[in-house]
Amino acid sequence: MKTLTVSVVTPDGPVLEDAFEMVSCKAESGELGVLPGHIPMVAPLTISAVRLKKEGSSERIAVNGGFLEVRPDKVTILAQSAEKPSEIDIERARKAKERAERRLQTKQEDVDFKRAEMALKRAINRLDVFENNF
Amino acid sequence: MASLRDIKGRIDSTKKTKQITKAMEMVSAAKLNRAEENAKAFVPYSEKIQEVVAGIATGGGVADHPMLKSREVKRTGYVVITSDRGLAGAYNSSVLRNVYQTIKQRHNSADDYTLITIGKIGRDFFKKRNMPVDKEIVAIADQPDFADIKDIASETVQLFTDEVIDELYLYYNHYVSAISQEVTEKKLLPLTDINKGVKASTSSYEYEPSEEEILETLLPQYAESLIYGALLDGKASEHAARMTAMKSATDNADDLIGDLSLKYNRARQAAITQEITEIVGGAAALE
Repeated sequence: MKTLTVSVVTPDGPVLEDAFEMVSCKAESGELGVLPGHIPMVAPLTISAVRLKKEGSSERIAVNGGFLEVRPDKVTILAQSAEKPSEIDIERARKAKERAERRLQTKQEDVDFKRAEMALKRAINRLDVFENNF
Repeated sequence: MASLRDIKGRIDSTKKTKQITKAMEMVSAAKLNRAEENAKAFVPYSEKIQEVVAGIATGGGVADHPMLKSREVKRTGYVVITSDRGLAGAYNSSVLRNVYQTIKQRHNSADDYTLITIGKIGRDFFKKRNMPVDKEIVAIADQPDFADIKDIASETVQLFTDEVIDELYLYYNHYVSAISQEVTEKKLLPLTDINKGVKASTSSYEYEPSEEEILETLLPQYAESLIYGALLDGKASEHAARMTAMKSATDNADDLIGDLSLKYNRARQAAITQEITEIVGGAAALE
């Protein structure tokens, strides 16, 4: 079966580079599946899991925003951070989730809601990606 | 002439100083290696993001995004990257001198500019001179993660978006080699020269949902990545500068120890000669 090269790149270095049969991810405009031979495309991603399929098995990566660049034989994901399930610090994600929830619940003026919301999303995303691999 | 004990004391203290500078040199050499690796790891990301941004920006009539367009400059922002600690030769002073002179030349009043400092030395320098430091971050790790400066980078870019500042410059030491770093001024925003040095053959993309919306998320991310890139570059320079400074300090200590040892031996010799002369003289007097 035809494959496409997927590379996930962050400012702290490449996270993954390998051949896969299909990439599915959540772009800002909705779910997106990419197969080999796709026309060139650029789309921003949401804080979500990217699923990479190869020979019946699938791999997940937690991405934090960023965007996706598609070429017929290559997909590049540029994100500010991206983690494989094995790289996720689960304790830290749990704590981040609690902290963000606490912040969102307090009705103080000086709490930056947008930032807390983003932090919560990131934490939930990490937990999801981690737990799905058990 | 200094006594034997004095010279011995100086030799000992110089030796101790040498041990410290030698250790610092080796630590910096190790950190420099890591910093170089970090800077290398960042290259694929920055190249790719630049390629895509340039592809969209050249692609057609979307150049009217505020981050791409120059506007009348009322207030200028300067991001200055320095280290947290000294003992790095001219690393900090050359950047700070450069920024200070540029600001004095370009601006008459403190309302016309604002500073964003990364590193303690830079912050202290500007605060002492009563210059406006808008944002600051200190105690950056030697091997910084993107997460470490994400907040300050996005806040800085936000300043531009909110029209608090109308242009943004970046000052840091560019790492040329282990023995040479040069102060670099980079115009970060607006991104007017984004198309430079990029091959025109970027394939035409389909944009999902639209070019404008992609630029909306992409450009801030790009600007933040440039700040991070400069920080990595600056860190590599810092370790290289500290390594060189400590190496020359160690060499100087070696020279000094050599000179002092020579002096010490001469003084010892003179003392022995004197003693012998005294004994011989004493013996002669008894006969």
